[in-house]
Amino acid sequence: MVTKRIIPCLDVKDGQVVKGINFQSLREVGDAVEMGVQYSRDGADELVYLDISASLEGRRTFVRLVERISMGIDIPFTVGGGISSADDAARLLDAGADKISINTAAVSSPGLIDEIAKRYGSQFVVVAIDAKCIDGKWICTTHGGSRLTRLDLFEWALEAQERGAGEILFTSMDHDGTRNGYADAVYASLASQLSIPVIASGGAGTIEDIRRVLTEGRADAALAASIFHFGEIPIRKLKASLRQSGVNVRL
Amino acid sequence: MIAIIDYKCGNIRSVGNALSRLGAEYCLTSDPAAILAADKVILPGVGNAAESMERLRESGLCDIIKSLRRPVLGICVGMQLMCRRSEEGDTQCLGLFDTDVRRFPDSAEAKVPHMGWNSIGNPDGKLFKGIPGGSFVYFVHSYYPGLCSDTIATCRHGDVLFSAALRYENFYGTQFHPEKSGVTGSAILQNFLNL
Repeated sequence: MVTKRIIPCLDVKDGQVVKGINFQSLREVGDAVEMGVQYSRDGADELVYLDISASLEGRRTFVRLVERISMGIDIPFTVGGGISSADDAARLLDAGADKISINTAAVSSPGLIDEIAKRYGSQFVVVAIDAKCIDGKWICTTHGGSRLTRLDLFEWALEAQERGAGEILFTSMDHDGTRNGYADAVYASLASQLSIPVIASGGAGTIEDIRRVLTEGRADAALAASIFHFGEIPIRKLKASLRQSGVNVRL
Repeated sequence: MIAIIDYKCGNIRSVGNALSRLGAEYCLTSDPAAILAADKVILPGVGNAAESMERLRESGLCDIIKSLRRPVLGICVGMQLMCRRSEEGDTQCLGLFDTDVRRFPDSAEAKVPHMGWNSIGNPDGKLFKGIPGGSFVYFVHSYYPGLCSDTIATCRHGDVLFSAALRYENFYGTQFHPEKSGVTGSAILQNFLNL
């Protein structure tokens, strides 16, 4: 059977990896390619690079960085951040990205999902959704969590799947940065409604948090950033521990 | 020199990058003369088999590929195009491998696409020298080549046991992506270079 995936996420600003706490107060942690190579050696199954540069120059730097990443690492990687057209996606594909993730642009023009999936295949399209719980309902946000939409998480995830998304990467803005565990019940509900893989993001603090979201939460993959960047949880140790508790992972 | 066939299909850059990491020289080409002159040929492929086959036909390279006597490696959709036919768009393919390509059935436990790392069974022959059964490689696909006498490695997704790799004479194919399969994938590519 296909294994559960462990995915370190690297936020990149002007070519450097940074990690925000609740998307604010960024601090630099290292070179994007070197960190990717290190993670792949440590047993990461995939990598996600998110470009959080706001400027055009930053975007250009990112495309060049994607070329370097593609040369340097031998596991699949997804890139996201600031992709607003099929041409943006094409540039990243040409630079060597295996998948792209779209978030805000998919919300404002959902047809973009269809367009990219039709051109390059569903396997290339990850739809990222940032949502928060308001009065018991999970509502999607855009622009890095700063703007509320009227979209319901589950309805939007289903629509994205129907339009051709290959995976859903859902981040709970209520859990992100807290290190108190993932939104397990929400993932379990998403997984039961979707036929495409679900990547869990936001809230990892311990090995147990990751085990829970991959079992009770039924997520296909667990994404995390800070616990990996600061070496708190070595990926090898994490995977050995997951395997011991019966989770099917690649060692 | 390794020729990677460029027929305007998907992410071919990563195959070239993987060869570079192994120190091999390669060219991306759709030139029949360059393909015929190459020591080895790789047919990559990502996306839709019907569209890919259409582009391969337009490139006029089908007969040239079939005529090659040096080692040829099809990867993912590239390998599917080397099978008899594909259920995807009901596509007639090159017919080098003695099997058809079918869609995975939808199921709750075995999601489609089959995406991620899975283990291979009974890897056989020079392509898998030093690669034990149970090794993990990276797959991304919704259609699979069936088992046949050309099967040289298997993989299971849900209830379906399919060909993870095929070989007929000098033609090889992997359904998985060796260029994205870490150390194991690099070893498989190196084995191909050593053929």
